[in-house]
Amino acid sequence: MSETVLPTMIVPTRGALFLGYAKAGLFGFGGVAAWARRIIVEERRWLTEREYAEVLGLGQVLPGPNVGNAAVMIGRRFHGLSGALCASAGLYIGPLCILLLLATFYEAYGQTPRIGALMQGIAAAAAGMVIGTAIKMGSRLKPPPEMIALGILAAVMAFWWRVPLPLIILGLGPIGIFCAHRRQVRPVAG
Amino acid sequence: MVWGLFVVFATISLIAVGGATSSLNEIHRQLVENHGWLDDRTFGQLFALAQAAPGPNVLAVSLFGYWIAGLPGLAAATAGMLLPASTLAFVIGGLAQRLKGHPALKAINGGLVPLAVGLILAGGLTIAETAASFGWGWAGMTAASAAFVWRTNYSPLWMLACGAVLGLVIGG
Repeated sequence: MSETVLPTMIVPTRGALFLGYAKAGLFGFGGVAAWARRIIVEERRWLTEREYAEVLGLGQVLPGPNVGNAAVMIGRRFHGLSGALCASAGLYIGPLCILLLLATFYEAYGQTPRIGALMQGIAAAAAGMVIGTAIKMGSRLKPPPEMIALGILAAVMAFWWRVPLPLIILGLGPIGIFCAHRRQVRPVAG
Repeated sequence: MVWGLFVVFATISLIAVGGATSSLNEIHRQLVENHGWLDDRTFGQLFALAQAAPGPNVLAVSLFGYWIAGLPGLAAATAGMLLPASTLAFVIGGLAQRLKGHPALKAINGGLVPLAVGLILAGGLTIAETAASFGWGWAGMTAASAAFVWRTNYSPLWMLACGAVLGLVIGG
């Protein structure tokens, strides 16, 4: 695939940060992380796959929405405070306007079955998009076996066992950091 | 009440590891049980509405604020939920930049990557489960869309459009 030949990375302007995140927010049905990744890593090449996954991981352990935290950190990385503000504004303003429109529409018309069916179809496709993104990230990052196991364990705990997120992070975070540390000091094969 | 909304959400903001979805219980406890600003039914419907809209799930909070106290309520709830967490992210982001290349930071970054990817997967599975509860045919749509996004570089919008059309044809 042409993906393996990485062209040079691009430093976004403040306007580009705003517009890129506005697109991620407006298209982000069922979670923005998948769209943000597509725009930042594939379309506009601001960050590599690994850099994006790292920022998202850090955003995940901090309180607040992980994509929102990632937007602040990515914006800051390129343009300091103004960059963080541009990225965050882009992320939230568009969806907020849509939400207000929907709320007004909802007050006026209630739930019509046709709209319900449409949303259901979009939700099924959006779910696939999110799952496909996780698989794509996993395969492109080429993680060592213990990291694959950790990722799968995190998914199992969150989805099947319904373990509260803070517990997953407190439980698996230190293990992941320990594994990554061991790889650094003794880079073993496998 | 507007100030009250700000305080409630500013407090939740700093404990909301994992964003709005994981702190939904606490939000419900505050808005419905402690303050009585919303009833149970409205709370559920507003949350569903926010889920259906594009954008970060955390914006459900804005909708709650809007319903409770109009536009000032929206502003107070949104600012309360976003400002403290974003400020923290800004500080940590700066720290991470300063320590770039440090072995400890590399280990932290690398160690959290599997969590980020695994939790994205779990999020997708959760939405897929809801979609499939309306009929197993939808699981096929989800699988097709996952393969499309994984194996091709075309815009996922095509798949979302397919889903919308199928939804209208089958359910409408």
